[in-house]
Amino acid sequence: MFNWISDHRADIAAILILALAASFIWSIIYGYKQSRRLAKEQVFGDPERTLGGWYWAVCGVSALMLVWFYYSWGMARAFFPTAANEVCQIAKIDEALSPVNASLPISSRYFKSTTLVVRNSQQLAQVEGALPQAVFSASERSELLAIIDASRSLISILSNEQYQDKAVVDGLDVIRLRLSDLKTQLDAGYAGLAPTAEALAQPRWGVDDTEIGLLPKTARGMMYDAVSAEAKQISDAFLKLRNLPDDAKQLIDQTKSRIDALKQANKAFSGSEDEVAARNSYVKSVERIFRRLDDGTIFPSTSLTGVNQAVISLYDSIADAKGGLSFVEAIFMPGGTVVKSKTLCVEQGSSRWLPKPTDVVAKFGRLASPDLESGGGFKGTTLLWWKWLEIADLVDFFIPDGLVDMLPGQYGTHNTDGEFDRTVKDRLLAFASGDVYLGAIPMLDGHIWDSMFRVIIAMMFGIVLGVPLGIFMGVSRFFKSFFDPLIELYRPVPPLAWAPLILTIFGIQDDGKIFLLFMVAFAIMVISARTGASGTQLSKIRAAHSLGATQRQIVRYVILPNALPEILTGVRISIGVCWGTLVAAEMLAGTTGIGFIENVARTVSDYELIWVTILIMGLLGLFFDLVVRKAIAILIPWRGKG
Amino acid sequence: MAELTCKNLSMSFNNPQTGAVVEALKDINFTLKQGELLSVLGPSGCGKTTLLNMIAGFLKPTGGQLDLGGKLIDSPGPERGMVFQQGALFEWLSVADNVNFGLRMQNHDVKSTKAEVDKWLNIVGLNGFAETPTYQLSGGMQQRVALARCLVNNPDLILMDEPLGALDALTREKMQSLILELWKETGKTIIIITHSVEEALLLGERLFVMAPRPGRIHREYDLPFAEQGLSKSLRDIKQQTDFSTIREEILSMIWDMEEEIMGNV
Repeated sequence: MFNWISDHRADIAAILILALAASFIWSIIYGYKQSRRLAKEQVFGDPERTLGGWYWAVCGVSALMLVWFYYSWGMARAFFPTAANEVCQIAKIDEALSPVNASLPISSRYFKSTTLVVRNSQQLAQVEGALPQAVFSASERSELLAIIDASRSLISILSNEQYQDKAVVDGLDVIRLRLSDLKTQLDAGYAGLAPTAEALAQPRWGVDDTEIGLLPKTARGMMYDAVSAEAKQISDAFLKLRNLPDDAKQLIDQTKSRIDALKQANKAFSGSEDEVAARNSYVKSVERIFRRLDDGTIFPSTSLTGVNQAVISLYDSIADAKGGLSFVEAIFMPGGTVVKSKTLCVEQGSSRWLPKPTDVVAKFGRLASPDLESGGGFKGTTLLWWKWLEIADLVDFFIPDGLVDMLPGQYGTHNTDGEFDRTVKDRLLAFASGDVYLGAIPMLDGHIWDSMFRVIIAMMFGIVLGVPLGIFMGVSRFFKSFFDPLIELYRPVPPLAWAPLILTIFGIQDDGKIFLLFMVAFAIMVISARTGASGTQLSKIRAAHSLGATQRQIVRYVILPNALPEILTGVRISIGVCWGTLVAAEMLAGTTGIGFIENVARTVSDYELIWVTILIMGLLGLFFDLVVRKAIAILIPWRGKG
Repeated sequence: MAELTCKNLSMSFNNPQTGAVVEALKDINFTLKQGELLSVLGPSGCGKTTLLNMIAGFLKPTGGQLDLGGKLIDSPGPERGMVFQQGALFEWLSVADNVNFGLRMQNHDVKSTKAEVDKWLNIVGLNGFAETPTYQLSGGMQQRVALARCLVNNPDLILMDEPLGALDALTREKMQSLILELWKETGKTIIIITHSVEEALLLGERLFVMAPRPGRIHREYDLPFAEQGLSKSLRDIKQQTDFSTIREEILSMIWDMEEEIMGNV
């Protein structure tokens, strides 16, 4: 079942896209009709009266999903399943021709030779101007200037067609002809070509980790594939060509010996260390430019025009042969194209960082599967499932071993027979440290639960400790003044600024994160309880007083219920902030949790996983908020009505 | 007999900004016998509410003393019930829980107080509303709850700080009759503070007109209208000539005081 869905994700997407497009159009028509039918003030103005209009929500969600499908190339994959494979074959040609293109004004604006000539001439001029007068003798200076002149002559020899070797001229011509042959081959079309069985057996686009199959699946792809193979050989032949005519070779040999002579002179030179260094570095810079000129990669510009024309017209033919594919590429593959690197074809553009909706769902399905053996879950933990939790572990967590130490009695020692009889205190220690089997209870498990658990425990401590303190701060001058500086100083610090410290003190496991979240929740709970308590109307307190209530009773029966709305608002806010902080804290350290998953996904650039975690975080945050909002509605129906 | 006596009562505040001493009340002397109905009238800032808060025990006088039935008043207590203008009900509790709040705080069992609560709800006309949340009640009904909540405690003295100030005219009139009925039936001593001259005349066996700067009792009246109101319609009483004569007299008295405060004299 799961595999079938995975294999047919493109078809499922196609149906979904059509349904989304239909609901998008329908909602606009329906919404327009409704707005015509309803009174003006029902659809515009006061947000309380303009409630409703769910069809606009349908419209918005559909539009969002369609944009997502579009920019992730989901539409291309749904409706043109072989397009990426064909574009991949063209990308192969690009890859094969890239060395040739690099020399021509195709990859850049200029011939590579032109760029080299310009750059070397500039550097020669710089070096000439920087000739140090003091460290060289007059004869040496004129020798150096002569070498610079020789380098200039070399450039002009290399740039002039009349010096070119016949072999090089012929070689370039052969390449030009072979490129024209390729063009003819493309223009002839792909009639009679058929993809191999092996190619057809490749998984569909995006179904497995290969993403896009390398072997051509269509006749057109076969044609491009054949062209790319031939283009590879042409490139190799082009790379072997070196423009080094006899005149240039002579000049190179002469100049080399002149440079060597200068180097010898440098070795023999005796002067200060600075002078030696200056001489050596200057000669080296002259030699460096010269060395760059003698590798034969500068060609006369006119000699390359033939090859350039041939490549340009070859690309024209490639484009012509695309037919409908060029339309698909331009419309449905926005923001990029398919790129072939050594061993694989990958999508490049918005679809690289924006995975297709169906892929995100598939990834989520794999993460959510509790079957760890068959690749479910993430790093050995499921997303959300259940397990047996030993009660002893709970006892270990809640009862500190130190409590046993404080009890009267002694821990046992081994006796002279080498036996150890356990005393009562030993047995209590075993109980407190969780070594006694006490049965097990079913418990939630998984990354999501781990994250939720941390938030829930931190919130529990935050409420249990923060609310009483806040209430006392709201009613008592002593508590207010004593604790105010403390809380107001630590509260404004962003929780993550505490993280390095807290994680060092409490460790990277749950303790540290829970304490960090507790700090967040505690401050918010204190402040909200305090606001609620101090906001109690004086007349209520006076009424309670004159009804005979004591101070303690007033705090319990008047001020606490009066502060309840503020307290629950505080719970709502602090759950939101805790959730945000938790995910960031899990990114810093840890081995489970939603933030941990995203952290791993980040290091391996798994964009699908990143999006899955983002969606999980968003949905869980929304879930928390809805639960608290519902709780508020049930617990304090009098809110705002006092 | 629980008699309220007020001897040389004074109250002064320090204005923290100017440092000036404001005499809110100066040398107030009166005695209120058990079962008397007193209404207090006066322009804004004459110290009516300050006087009431001191009788309730919320404020400590800076001079003189107050005692009820021979006992010095120095803190709030259940023997002096208080009814506020509005907003003093506990909106998180039902009507019955509001009414028995005082009894619960004094550790009476909720079950044993049920009959008492029902009796008082019946008297104030809230039969059948025991389990209704108070925030669902109208303003007049909320003040009925406040009255019941105060009476169930069986206080010696009932203090009302503009209890009907936030109600519409019709509800107000009904509530005035209710207060007179309660006064007659329970025989409690009641002090009512009000802004309305008519209300002060109707709900006062005795009436103090207070004057500001310093706060003092300017005039005292003994009035027959509260007694009459027990048997006659309040609207008829308002049309009597003796009623309108006193009303006009007091109105022009207060008018002059207001003018003085504004600095127009």
